[in-house]
Amino acid sequence: MNKHNSLLQHLHEQYLLSLKKEKRTILFFQCLIFLFFFLLWEVASRHNWIDPLLFSSPSSIWRLLVQKIADHTLFVHVGITLTETVFGFILGTLLGTCLAALLWWFPLLSRILDPYLVVLNAMPKVALGPILIVALGPSFTSIIAMGAIISVIITTIVVYTSFKEVDENYVKVLKTFGATKRQCFTEAILPASFPTIISTLKVNVGLSWVGVIVGEFLVSKQGLGYMIIYGFQVFNFTLVLLSLLIIALLATMMYQLVSVIEKKLLKRS
Amino acid sequence: MNVLAVEQISHTYFTKQAAVTALEHVSLTIEKGEFISFLGPSGCGKTTLLSIIAGLIQPTRGRILVEGKEMNTKQKVIGYMLQQDYLFPWKTIEENVTIGLNIMGINDYAKKEKALALLTEMGLSGVEKQYPYQLSGGMRQRAALVRTLATDPKILLLDEPFSALDYQTKLKLEDLVWKTLKQYNKTALLVTHDIGEAIAMSDRIFIFSAKPGRIVRTINVPETLRTHPPFAARQHVDFSSLFQVIWKELENIEQA
Repeated sequence: MNKHNSLLQHLHEQYLLSLKKEKRTILFFQCLIFLFFFLLWEVASRHNWIDPLLFSSPSSIWRLLVQKIADHTLFVHVGITLTETVFGFILGTLLGTCLAALLWWFPLLSRILDPYLVVLNAMPKVALGPILIVALGPSFTSIIAMGAIISVIITTIVVYTSFKEVDENYVKVLKTFGATKRQCFTEAILPASFPTIISTLKVNVGLSWVGVIVGEFLVSKQGLGYMIIYGFQVFNFTLVLLSLLIIALLATMMYQLVSVIEKKLLKRS
Repeated sequence: MNVLAVEQISHTYFTKQAAVTALEHVSLTIEKGEFISFLGPSGCGKTTLLSIIAGLIQPTRGRILVEGKEMNTKQKVIGYMLQQDYLFPWKTIEENVTIGLNIMGINDYAKKEKALALLTEMGLSGVEKQYPYQLSGGMRQRAALVRTLATDPKILLLDEPFSALDYQTKLKLEDLVWKTLKQYNKTALLVTHDIGEAIAMSDRIFIFSAKPGRIVRTINVPETLRTHPPFAARQHVDFSSLFQVIWKELENIEQA
């Protein structure tokens, strides 16, 4: 019996070891691709295989980064863009959820508004940019509005669908206790749709980045979007690529943060 | 006095294609402490009738009297148990069983304590802080029963509450529910299509025909079976003869 147990333990250890090994292999190749990409970029740029004026090189991007950090201009731009994006996507998600609640509350309204929602959803929201800027002024406000507007309609549609898909019987249980419509919403519909709302949050992070960057293109005052458009105008592609890399990094970090929040909040259900 | 009187209930559903009559002239009365079963083929409007009694649907015609008074939809005196437990997965068992009290705005400490004591009585002690997914199917259905009983309803409606459980759990739960309801002298109304379950649990059985739903026969379960809990009743000699009677009755309905 003891011998049998120790054999099983041994096999289990081996199994764990193989899992660890696989994980290490994956990480190794991920790092390899990363290094290879930047190395190739650097070499290609130095040997003029690609035009260094257009594609810059990792080393010149690095030097620009250090310089921008030293003169404090980078933090200003990053800070502004980050604030706009965070406000944009929280506002978009909140507004979308509120609209969805309104549609759920008045089923007739939802049927009346249905074609308009379809049109609004199909329309590319960034096309509204110039109008927003004229209406709200070339500032912070209109960029946040861009970040919000791009996600609000799709949030409304997705969350409303999830409201409707909540099992009728949960509402039935509440109604047998004489629950009001408001109680049905807060006790069953909303908490049952919570996972959907959180997952739209994840999608909205990405969408808001699009809205905010386009907004900054148009307003052209500050932020990472402004850095891209400015770099493009003065033909400084090192600046464009630096901004791009920072955006990629920040967007990923934000996405991961929302994922962590999602896991924490949904642990219970 | 009757606890429940169903008077000439008819109900018609309207769809785009047609008007479907689910129930036609259904009348019955139930005494306090009685256990009644509705038996019949699917589509005989049993669940519709239950929803009408619960006040969830307004019948096309007829009325429901509870203790001689027309039902007031605001004041809930009826408990409803569904085919599945429908415990809210984001609430703990404690929150789940007290939700009825919360919805009704009853903030009575004693009533909450009673609900939690009932959990223990049902063999569910120590799960108050757990979530429904941590419990087995039978435990969940027991918790759902506690939730229904917590608001102290006058009449309990059971809509095939054992149909989603495995056979062994079902038999055990039948006994537990039967004993609990007898202990608190509760009036209950069970919808089922399991003949054995109807015989084992009830005092009276109403047999329904389908399309439209009508009561075709009322069967009084003999005293010898009524006094036994369901599991013992299933072993009794009178059980199989009554089973045969009801079986034939249902066959006749199908052929008609």
